[in-house]
Amino acid sequence: MRLRRPSIPYIIWMVVFTLVPIVLILFYALTDRSGSFSVEAFTKAVGYSDVFLRSIWIAFISTLICLVIAYPMGYIMSRQKRSVQNFLTMIIMIPMWMNFLLRIYAWVTLLQNRGPIDTMLSIFGIHTQLIGNQGAVILGMVYEYLPFMILPLYTVMSKIDTRLIEAAGDLGANKFGVMRKVVFPLSIPGIISGITMVFVPTASTFLVAQYLGGTNDIMIGDVIDKIFWSDHNTGSAIALILMVAILIFLVILNFFGDEEAIAA
Amino acid sequence: MKKILCIVLSAVIAMSCAVLFAGCGGESAGEINVFNWGEYFADGSDGTVDVIARFEEETGIKVNVTTFETNEELYNLLSTSNSSYDVVFPSDYMVEKLISEKLVQKLDYSKIPNYNKVIKRFRNMPYDPKGEYSVPYSWNVTGLVYNKTMVKNIPDDWDGLWDESLKGQLLMFNNSRDAYAIAMQQCGITPDTFTKADIDKATEKLKAQKPLLKKYVMDQTFIEMENSQSAMAPYYAGDIYTMMTNNEDLVGVLPKSGSNLFVDSMCIPKSAQNVEGALKFINFMTDPEISAANMDYITYASPVEGAKELIDEDVAGSELVYPPDEYLDKCYTFRNVDEDVYSYMQEQFVKVMS
Repeated sequence: MRLRRPSIPYIIWMVVFTLVPIVLILFYALTDRSGSFSVEAFTKAVGYSDVFLRSIWIAFISTLICLVIAYPMGYIMSRQKRSVQNFLTMIIMIPMWMNFLLRIYAWVTLLQNRGPIDTMLSIFGIHTQLIGNQGAVILGMVYEYLPFMILPLYTVMSKIDTRLIEAAGDLGANKFGVMRKVVFPLSIPGIISGITMVFVPTASTFLVAQYLGGTNDIMIGDVIDKIFWSDHNTGSAIALILMVAILIFLVILNFFGDEEAIAA
Repeated sequence: MKKILCIVLSAVIAMSCAVLFAGCGGESAGEINVFNWGEYFADGSDGTVDVIARFEEETGIKVNVTTFETNEELYNLLSTSNSSYDVVFPSDYMVEKLISEKLVQKLDYSKIPNYNKVIKRFRNMPYDPKGEYSVPYSWNVTGLVYNKTMVKNIPDDWDGLWDESLKGQLLMFNNSRDAYAIAMQQCGITPDTFTKADIDKATEKLKAQKPLLKKYVMDQTFIEMENSQSAMAPYYAGDIYTMMTNNEDLVGVLPKSGSNLFVDSMCIPKSAQNVEGALKFINFMTDPEISAANMDYITYASPVEGAKELIDEDVAGSELVYPPDEYLDKCYTFRNVDEDVYSYMQEQFVKVMS
């Protein structure tokens, strides 16, 4: 009993802000406008599968690029002196102190026609549309969410004992072998939390696509927003499908992670 | 079933909130809660009048302003929660919807003496035919804005938005009702009300337009046009006036086949706690001097007699902010449409975009 009491605020919090909304979404998704049971919302939701798959695809690519950039970065950071590590962490954090929307605006200004990048490229005779396409959306996503990949990787990697790496070297492993047999298996928890922290928001956010995308880059978050106001049921059904898809993804990811960790 | 669930869930929330916020004070009598569009009151910047501060000073009633972004958001809050707003600012078709669902109450016009100063045209509008529930706050029309350095075929009507030579440089409303209104006009349908068949025709128009578009936007129209990134866009004429003051290359057009005359009104919800205060507030906002201050700030037109003369001459002289009466005769005002027709339109619009 004594243990339980302090947890009451958390339980209330969970009920009000997690359980009740999920029950509501579930309820709306499984009913029609009049409130009786129906799967109509799900059949309608299937009509947006193109957008759904596109969002997942963009999230997947963005996460992959983030991982490729962040992994060496995290490793390099973790092998520096303590003071350098702190400085680098700070450098990565500083852009995040700025408002999300302002950072996107900055990219709009950079990429727009006759903007700095366009002007520079046109000196070399290159004229392309830099903004309003899927590439720009992915660029924006990677920029926005890269710190969320670097930080967990760095945190996990900085806990790897340097002596383990030295020992592997002493026992005859080359640099690649050390990375593959020692650093990589020990960094898996960081990879998993990094992927989670990037994939989940990139799959559902729509601001980046609204500002950097063109007419063909509508994201599932935008569809939910638009549909929900006029049709709670279909909006909820799409949201529910997205939640389930993300949940399945996370379960698979964690399962894979555990296996690897055990095998190592 | 739905009701019971709602009651149970709200009871859970209410109880948890009661635990969390036990002991917080109740509402005093001298307070009103106002729910308005963002940046819709003159706030004292740039030498304007801070209208809310002035009202508080004159009446001693404290005003809490919260803002919303779409009529649908307003509707959702009024219909699903027990919110206690005293004055809300729905647009035309939303006033009608709120009346039909009994979410707003009849006004005691004897407590709003300034209502006599409301211009005849804006009383008893089709959405509130007997003039019982609403007092107009502002009005304006939709229009076209283009960049004269980028456009060769000068547009005089909405078909400019289907101009093949501007492929990839055109913008379109990212809002189903406004986008469909334009597309329906192109199909010869008057978009005040419509059926699913009308929506289907307009959907084809929008699909044909999509390959020509750069983007579907709302607020981004400002940056796109002011930075000369796009050649042409539809938007609210008063806002086009603002864009033109920031970029000399921009030209505003009132489409010759007419456009949407929209009226944002003030209403009192059924659930209002302080009706007396709300009536005072509505009356205050209908004062010509106050209305002029607000309209100077938002550059939409005032429905109050005598306000136009008090507004900055350049603003009041602009045909975009104050379209002439002959033009208004060609315009239509949105009416409420059935919920399933409305959500069908929303659905089709998202399908066009996706």
